[in-house]
Amino acid sequence: MSKIQDNQISRVFQTPNHKAFIAFLTAGDPTPDCTVKYILEMERAGADLIEIGIPFSDPTAEGVVIQDANIRALQGGMTTDGVFEIVRRVREQSQGGAAIPLAFMTYANPVFHYGCDRFFARCEELGVSAIIVPDLPYEEKQELEKTADAHGVALVSMIAPTSRERIQMIAREAKGFIYVVSSMGVTGVRNEINTDLESMVKSIRQVTDVPCAIGFGISTPGQARHMARISDGAIVGSAIVKIIAQGGEQAASAIYEYVKSMKEAVAQA
Amino acid sequence: MSKGRYGIHGGQYVPETLMNELIHLEECYGHYKNDPEFQQELQTLLNEYAGRPSLLYYAEKMTRDLGGARIYLKREDLNHTGSHKINNVLGQALLAKKMGKTRIIAETGAGQHGVATATAAALLGMECEIYMGEEDTVRQALNVYRMELLGAKVHPVTSGTRTLKDAVNACMREWTNRVEDTLYVLGSVMGPHPFPMIVRDFQSVISREARQQILEKEGRLPAAVVACVGGGSNSMGIFYNFIEDREVELIGCEAAGKGVDTALTAATIATGSLGIFHGMKSYFCQDAYGQIAPVYSISAGLDYPGIGPEHAWLHDTGRARYVPVTDDEAVDAFAYMARTEGIICAVESAHAVAHVRKIAKNYSPDQSIIICLSGRGDKDVAAIARYRGVDLHE
Repeated sequence: MSKIQDNQISRVFQTPNHKAFIAFLTAGDPTPDCTVKYILEMERAGADLIEIGIPFSDPTAEGVVIQDANIRALQGGMTTDGVFEIVRRVREQSQGGAAIPLAFMTYANPVFHYGCDRFFARCEELGVSAIIVPDLPYEEKQELEKTADAHGVALVSMIAPTSRERIQMIAREAKGFIYVVSSMGVTGVRNEINTDLESMVKSIRQVTDVPCAIGFGISTPGQARHMARISDGAIVGSAIVKIIAQGGEQAASAIYEYVKSMKEAVAQA
Repeated sequence: MSKGRYGIHGGQYVPETLMNELIHLEECYGHYKNDPEFQQELQTLLNEYAGRPSLLYYAEKMTRDLGGARIYLKREDLNHTGSHKINNVLGQALLAKKMGKTRIIAETGAGQHGVATATAAALLGMECEIYMGEEDTVRQALNVYRMELLGAKVHPVTSGTRTLKDAVNACMREWTNRVEDTLYVLGSVMGPHPFPMIVRDFQSVISREARQQILEKEGRLPAAVVACVGGGSNSMGIFYNFIEDREVELIGCEAAGKGVDTALTAATIATGSLGIFHGMKSYFCQDAYGQIAPVYSISAGLDYPGIGPEHAWLHDTGRARYVPVTDDEAVDAFAYMARTEGIICAVESAHAVAHVRKIAKNYSPDQSIIICLSGRGDKDVAAIARYRGVDLHE
């Protein structure tokens, strides 16, 4: 069994019919202490996987909400080393010890600039199981994939509404889980999602057993339940980041309540 | 290695949402590039509408004054809309139309590329939206109004540093939102493949003409070709057909702003490092964690933290040399060009002029240097006045 098959990501989706709720937040927004606290709240509220955004100056796949979170985090002095320190503290304080599965979400440049091997060695050491890099499509994944593999970190593949005949090519080589992008455009809360996600997921499942979770635009329990019903889980980012933007350092209980309600919705799927 | 590589540089570092569109664009471009009808149509637009071929002007007074190489100016400033940007825009807009697109979007820094894009959209009957950093909309208010007169909608971009890089970010985000009927008309030899290739091909008309013109006038190739470099489209255009002529020096002039030893600079080759941004691997101004640095230059058109991948490769191989030129030197050269040759050139182009003022005397009078005068300077007059302490507002 390869390192990746054995990593925590696969355990997230392992139980038959278990639907995952994947929660995102930006590291360092508004402070590193808050990020540690909020991750632990999300774990307590039942999140299955937490995606930690390593802030980037120019997040071209993000809508305004997460763009602003990136700016707040960077203005607060957050760095890649600072994010690793947050993860170390989470691992130290997590109720389940090293239980909560973690993934990073960032852009190619912060990883490339940190040094690919150094970056993934740190991930391995701290038990970060996967990484999502929205500006690294199938054609460019060799930039990071080999090194990520060697350290047991799954480089997550994204599939978009425009992927069409690319879906199966991408899915065949996917690892960890597949991030199905629900809509055109950038991240952000949407009232309606009109993409034919069911046929996308069906097409994926013809070629791989790697689980798929749907993200982009999901904010309500109803949306999350629907997405989890047609896939293996729902990913929510902007809605949580918005709660943090509004609550600042006092967002813990609001985050807990929100994640709990979303997790319950997903569990009913 | 993936497609669109120049040595280790280039590639297609974009969200999956855009991949099929980039592949489609490459296929369409490959088709029309070899379509005589398309090429004829484009040539007619360039000649009859944009005013090509542009003049290669012998700058006699400048030559005499500098004492050394014979100086020639490739007059891209005389093109319709006042810069080299129209060469690329007519090509891409025509391509967009053939592809069945009804809408074009573009980023702009100084406003030159935005004005050119809005112009092409008006001419070809397409919808047009321009993204421009809010700070640039203030620096170049006249160009904003120009674009609106041409029927374009101008979006001031308020994110990040509110300049060119943020305008590119906004444009990329908008394109992922709406690719079906829209082409992103990128303004420089940058971004994901196939843009660096497409823009270079459309701009290479500059050196196709210049090479022939200098051979007619001088009977030999120039000793050097000099151009300013931001993303690098006019420089790539004037370098391209001289790359195989190994005896021709290719010199790109980067905007050093207040100096390469200060934080207020946009000189990517001088101060940047290898990175991945805006769809490409190349050199970028960035900090110790790979955060893209805010850059500065008096010239909004060169105020960009990266450089096109083919330039990065020309730098790696030593085929082209890149030198920094400060605000002060560029502003002096701007005034010098006006006084000496009666030409008010763009402050971007003045960076190339400034460097030639330094090096002309190192060459002999039987050698020549071509400067790419990439644009005209009307847009810069008020800013130059303020820089020189004259309280002038548009």
